[in-house]
Amino acid sequence: MATAVQTVERENYLNSNYGIKSWLLTTDHKRIAILYLISITAMFWIGGFFAMMIRLELLTPAGDLVSSDTYNKLFTMHGIIMVFFFLIPSVPAVLGNFLIPLMVGAKDLAFPRVNLLSWYLYIIGGTTALVAMITGGVDTGWTFYTPFSTTYSNTHVIGAAVGIFITGFSSILTGLNFIVTIHRMRAPGMTWRRLPLFCWSNYAAALIMILGTPVIAITLLLVAFERAFHIGVFNPALGGDPLLFQHLFWFYSHPAVYIMILPGMGVISEIIACFSRKRVFGYEFVALASIAIAVLGFLVWAHHMFVAGISVYAALVFSLLSYLVAIPSAVKVFNWTATLYKGSIRFETPMLYAFGFIGLFTIGGLTGVFLASLGLDVHVTDTYFVVAHFHYVMVGGMVMAYMAGLHFWWPKMTGRMYPEGWAKLSALLVFVGFNTTFFPQFILGYMGSPRRYHAYPPEFQVLNVLSTAGASILAVGYVLPMIYFLWSLRYGEPAGPNPYNAVGLEWMTPSPPPTHNFDETPVVTWEAYDYEHQPQEEVTVGH
Amino acid sequence: MANHSEHDYVGHIIPSKIYYVIWAILMIGTAITVFAATLELGIFNIVVALLIATFKGTLVVLFFMHLRYSTKLTMVTVIASIFWLFILFSLTMTDYITRAWSTYTGR
Amino acid sequence: MATSEVEIQVAERALQHHFADMEQQKETSTFGMWMFLLTEIMFFGGLFCAYLVYRSSYYHAFVEGSQKMNIWLGATNTAVLICSSLTMALGVRAAQMAKPKLMIVLLLITILFGLGFLGIKAVEYHEHWTNHEFPGPNFHFQTGDPEHPASDPQHTEIYFSLYWAMTGLHALHMVIGVGLVSWIVIVGAMGAFTPEYYNPVENVGLYWHFVDLVWIYLFPLLYLISHKHGG
Repeated sequence: MATAVQTVERENYLNSNYGIKSWLLTTDHKRIAILYLISITAMFWIGGFFAMMIRLELLTPAGDLVSSDTYNKLFTMHGIIMVFFFLIPSVPAVLGNFLIPLMVGAKDLAFPRVNLLSWYLYIIGGTTALVAMITGGVDTGWTFYTPFSTTYSNTHVIGAAVGIFITGFSSILTGLNFIVTIHRMRAPGMTWRRLPLFCWSNYAAALIMILGTPVIAITLLLVAFERAFHIGVFNPALGGDPLLFQHLFWFYSHPAVYIMILPGMGVISEIIACFSRKRVFGYEFVALASIAIAVLGFLVWAHHMFVAGISVYAALVFSLLSYLVAIPSAVKVFNWTATLYKGSIRFETPMLYAFGFIGLFTIGGLTGVFLASLGLDVHVTDTYFVVAHFHYVMVGGMVMAYMAGLHFWWPKMTGRMYPEGWAKLSALLVFVGFNTTFFPQFILGYMGSPRRYHAYPPEFQVLNVLSTAGASILAVGYVLPMIYFLWSLRYGEPAGPNPYNAVGLEWMTPSPPPTHNFDETPVVTWEAYDYEHQPQEEVTVGH
Repeated sequence: MANHSEHDYVGHIIPSKIYYVIWAILMIGTAITVFAATLELGIFNIVVALLIATFKGTLVVLFFMHLRYSTKLTMVTVIASIFWLFILFSLTMTDYITRAWSTYTGR
Repeated sequence: MATSEVEIQVAERALQHHFADMEQQKETSTFGMWMFLLTEIMFFGGLFCAYLVYRSSYYHAFVEGSQKMNIWLGATNTAVLICSSLTMALGVRAAQMAKPKLMIVLLLITILFGLGFLGIKAVEYHEHWTNHEFPGPNFHFQTGDPEHPASDPQHTEIYFSLYWAMTGLHALHMVIGVGLVSWIVIVGAMGAFTPEYYNPVENVGLYWHFVDLVWIYLFPLLYLISHKHGG
């Protein structure tokens, strides 16, 4: 219970060392996770600022708030920041870094100093990209299509490309660390079949990180060289093929969306199990589905290029493969639903976000299957239908999962509970705001409203106004957690080791955990999600 | 802590003779590659060159990089890299090879 | 072989706090290096993919470009790298066998081979540069054979773009490799490595062999495209 009396605080990773140097030179995975939390949140608000500008412009049919050139910069910078500096690192770098060593029973990740380097690369890359944006911006779209980006654009393409290049290595090192840790640092008794699904999902995402990111790294490097030295590898006027750029770009950028969603799915698996008090239905299938998504995700990239000029036979192949990649995602959704069946369901905030995820990700995923169909894609490509699709999976799916995870593990990370009433209100605002923002965009796109345009025909105004109104509600839904999370750090109810009575090694150590995670190396003798045998009282190990 | 005198964590030591033999094969392979390039083999020039290069590369990976004496996990890693390169090359080429199949010769 | 008390102490000082024992640390760090090499393979892979696409589409332009490569310098460089891999592997072996002085000598020879490679590369680059074979506005390709003028200079320029990009990226990795081996030499001279703790030497060796491996593919692909006329 919360008391006014300040008891002597146990030593934990937050109070073990004070001073800026102890944070900036830390190798403790938990502190690095917090460093990432702060930087990623900052990036989210910068990206959100650009989103706000876009939605404000689109209140009226005329292009009256900003010029078309400026509008191009706005959506480009919104995309670059949200994709590369928020979505890709979010769950892995914050929650993955914090939790994976705890979940496998290790004292730290395999390479703690590499982990710190990874954060510094993120900061350097992010700063480079932000400088490029502040000193003039980039207007190529986050997709950097050539030859506009290499030859004709007059904006800071090289700066943005270099920033993303550097941050790419941050991602690669994080992925490398996760894979090696999960293979080599598991505690005795923590077999692969007892591993939490959060670990399986992050492992699968890490596979994509190390296999795909290097390709976009070399591609952006080529773009930078082409721009700097007027070479023509991607420029048709000089004998190059702009589609080669697109092939190489999307070889990473499509699997990248699975880097974003897989860790979120892992969060959802943990939360559904805890708040249904049940083992995840079909644990092995969910684990293998994660790996299947990672592998199949590499085979489908040219579905972003159906109308770009690739051969129709290649398009047929990629269309078929894109249908296949939906299957493992569907397996997961069905298994989560089956987990709920006859479960003892509690509607705490993390569970509300998880429900939102399942519904919204399903809509987003289904519309993805629509887009995989060649005939339909020709009609709706480059319209707001596509924009709505990816915002449903990214924001309705991924950001909701991130919020769910932040709420679920906040007590573990900080030792404080957030105010449940305000949290539920925020979840509701996010859900209502999100759907109001993005559902109209499906209709707009189907009716032909193109994306990346700052002006539109007057008959589309009602839906656009509705969308902007929704965005305002959504913004409030995101601002409130900022406030109450910060509030909770000082005034929140102190949390015990396991406020939700969840199963998992991370709940068997104090909140916040000590620097070395466990007083004694745990020995695992129970199955994953062993909720049948989970006692109602809180359990601690060691201490 | 483990009893150090019994715990042998020195890796497998390969006799130096093996390294010299592999070196000799690699040097000969290089000479053959250069010689084969002077022959007129048409489409097979590239096939021969890549076969010899792959043979040399396999020796480097197996012996110089100790893959032959490493864990199965390391082997899986190497195979995964070859497989993923294969995905990148082959699926990209499905586009380039088939573009000519559907040229539009007129309206 | 018996491990002396001093060697055990060196190894224990090297044991990082989050590992249970040296064996776990060694296996983990080697696995980590292999993972990193996996990313390097995909990094170069993008360039190889571009090469594959353009060579298959513009074969004759590539043939003509490749004729301007000096296969003797290229073959010599290939031999130099293979020799350097030998000395590197023997150097790792010396570390395993508690022969630090031999290790240092072998690694110094490795560095010399590496610098030799870079020197030959510099000579080649200089020649290509003065022949206007660097892509960009100053590119001007001439076959050197008045009876067979350049059939497709635009796509030969792409061949040269890939040549400079692939060999340049490779040379950059060589420079980093020379730096890494130098670091091992310095630290090794201070007695840091024993048969129980020689991981960094092994891992730098893996990196070095990988760079050799990339060149084993670059040489035939760039220098020997139908090099019928020799020399």
